[in-house]
Amino acid sequence: MACYLTTGKHMSIYWSVLTVLLLLAITAPTALAFGFAGASAARSRVAPVSWLGRGYIALVRGVPDIAFFLFFVIALDQIIEYVRHRAICPDWPEPVRQGSDFVVCQAAKMPLGNAPQWVHESYGFAIAVFTFAIVFGAFAANVLHGAMSAVPRGQIETGESYGMTHRQTFWRILVPQMWVYALPGLSNLWMVLIKATPLLFLLGIEDIVYWARELGGIKTSRFTDYPHGDWRMWYFLALLVFYLIFTRISEIALDRLMSRLTRGQATTGGEAQRKVGLT
Amino acid sequence: MSACTQTITDYGLRAVGIGERLLPRDDFTLCQQFTLIGSGMIWNVYFGIVALIFGFMFATLLAVGKASRQRVFRKPAEWFIFLFRGSPLFIQFFFGYFLFLKLKTVFPIFAPFTAAWLGALVVLFLNTSAYSAEIFYGALKSIPKGDVEAADAYGLSGWSRFKRVIWPTMLRLAWPAYTNEAIFLFHATTLVFFSGFPAWQQRGDALYYASYFADKTFNPFIPYPILAGYFIILTLCVIGLFGFINRRLNSHLPSNTRQRLRIRPNLIR
Amino acid sequence: MKNLILTTAALAITAGMAFADGHSVVRMGTEGAYPPYNFINDAGDVDGFERELGDELCLRAELTCEWVTNEWDSIIPNLVSGNYDTIIAGMSITDERDEVIDFTQGYTLPDPSSYLAASADVDLKGGVIAAQTGTIQASFIAASGATLVEFSTPEETVAAVKNGEADAVLADDAYLRPIADEDADLQLLAQQEMIGGGVGMGVRESDGELKAKFDAAITSMKSDGTLNALLAKWEIGGSF
Repeated sequence: MACYLTTGKHMSIYWSVLTVLLLLAITAPTALAFGFAGASAARSRVAPVSWLGRGYIALVRGVPDIAFFLFFVIALDQIIEYVRHRAICPDWPEPVRQGSDFVVCQAAKMPLGNAPQWVHESYGFAIAVFTFAIVFGAFAANVLHGAMSAVPRGQIETGESYGMTHRQTFWRILVPQMWVYALPGLSNLWMVLIKATPLLFLLGIEDIVYWARELGGIKTSRFTDYPHGDWRMWYFLALLVFYLIFTRISEIALDRLMSRLTRGQATTGGEAQRKVGLT
Repeated sequence: MSACTQTITDYGLRAVGIGERLLPRDDFTLCQQFTLIGSGMIWNVYFGIVALIFGFMFATLLAVGKASRQRVFRKPAEWFIFLFRGSPLFIQFFFGYFLFLKLKTVFPIFAPFTAAWLGALVVLFLNTSAYSAEIFYGALKSIPKGDVEAADAYGLSGWSRFKRVIWPTMLRLAWPAYTNEAIFLFHATTLVFFSGFPAWQQRGDALYYASYFADKTFNPFIPYPILAGYFIILTLCVIGLFGFINRRLNSHLPSNTRQRLRIRPNLIR
Repeated sequence: MKNLILTTAALAITAGMAFADGHSVVRMGTEGAYPPYNFINDAGDVDGFERELGDELCLRAELTCEWVTNEWDSIIPNLVSGNYDTIIAGMSITDERDEVIDFTQGYTLPDPSSYLAASADVDLKGGVIAAQTGTIQASFIAASGATLVEFSTPEETVAAVKNGEADAVLADDAYLRPIADEDADLQLLAQQEMIGGGVGMGVRESDGELKAKFDAAITSMKSDGTLNALLAKWEIGGSF
């Protein structure tokens, strides 16, 4: 049994756990940055910028992530290669679209056709992070936009009365204060993000669910040293436990973060903490 | 044009088994793609609405349970919410289907549960109940103390206090987050046939038909954007409807407070 | 040098040169979930009939090959988009597919599709038949009049027969046979359906040169009998 759990295939599933964790660790701040940009754009006083921000939020939030993943990655990849193609091979004689083929000059390929496999995998990973960030950035933008509006107007007016410019009130007053309002929404988003990782496989990343399916499926003795029936249930049970533990850890960490952010804020929570401190 | 009308009569209700039995197999037209994917939306809307209605009721119960001081009510509610919020939906579908199959062999009454229209609905219902319950629970915790004290002062207690003061206030506070939950639920319905329940006689949801066309035409850039378009419309409808209810819920408040509450997101899924 | 030569000649030569440096590595796209054609072995590598075949073909065509796995649903879009250069994934040559990509000559004879069932007396016309979504078998049953029930993975189709949801499952004979051999509850029915053509390697339509190289390599493997030996080793269909 020990040997069964240490086959190369099982090693892959252990690695994929790390891949998923790494993806989450990179995606979360990236999505937050997208969200911040989207929310700031939506608040902008320049109408086209505001439309852009609102359009992004409304459009991406309206589409199921799964449908988005199914065509966006290929589209993104083609856009990147097309741009590189125009830049690198400007006098390429053939059309890029030949029937259903998408053909760019070899030097414009992303990554290069003869690049080692790990480059391909890292590129795929980067594309996946970017795609996740776009989708979850829209939801984060929605949350942050709400949080920015939730900061009491008086706080900003006070800043203005001290002679701060619009930019200054935004960065010095609004942004530091909005997090406490945004955190409940963002932590829920984090929970949803964790649970969206099974969709990674659609983006060409071999994640834990892919390996769980692969390992759990019926194996006949001709193709493996460890034949077994349909064991998907056990593998999925292990996944369930993994996700539950991960959720629990996140909940505890986010609770701590919340109580820290609440400190000194003009909210009921902050007030309660102050009272506890006084007595 | 008339060809398209014919396509709509043939395939408009294909997802529920009415109309042409065979799906188009070659010479795919845009009209066919729009019609069939739209036909599949019937299932997404059905799953979404029914799960939402029943989920709403159960979620209220769970939220009250979780906020209860009595362990017997609190613990089961907490565990239920944790289990369903803590695991990916597709795992829930997998175990749901598996469980219904086992139950079916013992009790024949469970036979319809292995079909998506009921089995997947039950899973979606439990899932959305857990998420909504957490939102409602958060709202219950943030009901202004003054509201409850005022109710006490009027001599309201027990059920009538809950029905006339606590419950409406809870809904009012939870509504923005609950709107998000509704949107997510409609999106989640696309998973039913994708990684959950089998599709019988090629009756599937919008994603099923979209991937059918993507598979047959080898071109993902047409069917999936069509699907996305349908979902954007659906999402706008949900936002419109929930916005309408939100205005009703807040209609008694002065307009400036209303504004503030409307855009404040407490919790989203 | 390159831009001095004119039009047609330039086309041929630039294509040739691009071929030389770009295709110094040929990326072979497969699914990795369809034994005995291709699967992931215990060590986590691509293995199976097509792995051995592909490696031998690359050797004969003097190409350096690299194996990549891709989900079945998007295997063709990713080929035409250029994420790998060939599909070698047990893909039957069909007219629909041939419109979008090119196939090399077949390297298997048409493999029959078989029914796997719990009992021999299944009503194939009126019963419930399971198939994997998006396969040629699924389209076949949809047209046959039987009740089609589709699952997203091949495992689930077999599971459906075991738990009684479906009366039989229709899939490639080479996939079902090892399962039937090991499971006492399941058996293959005598009736078979000839649905697909032979299995070939898919390449982009614009990639004529690569196709020619593989075609030549397949011909040479057919003529010296190595292909037949491989087919026999992996118990796939008939021999050439």
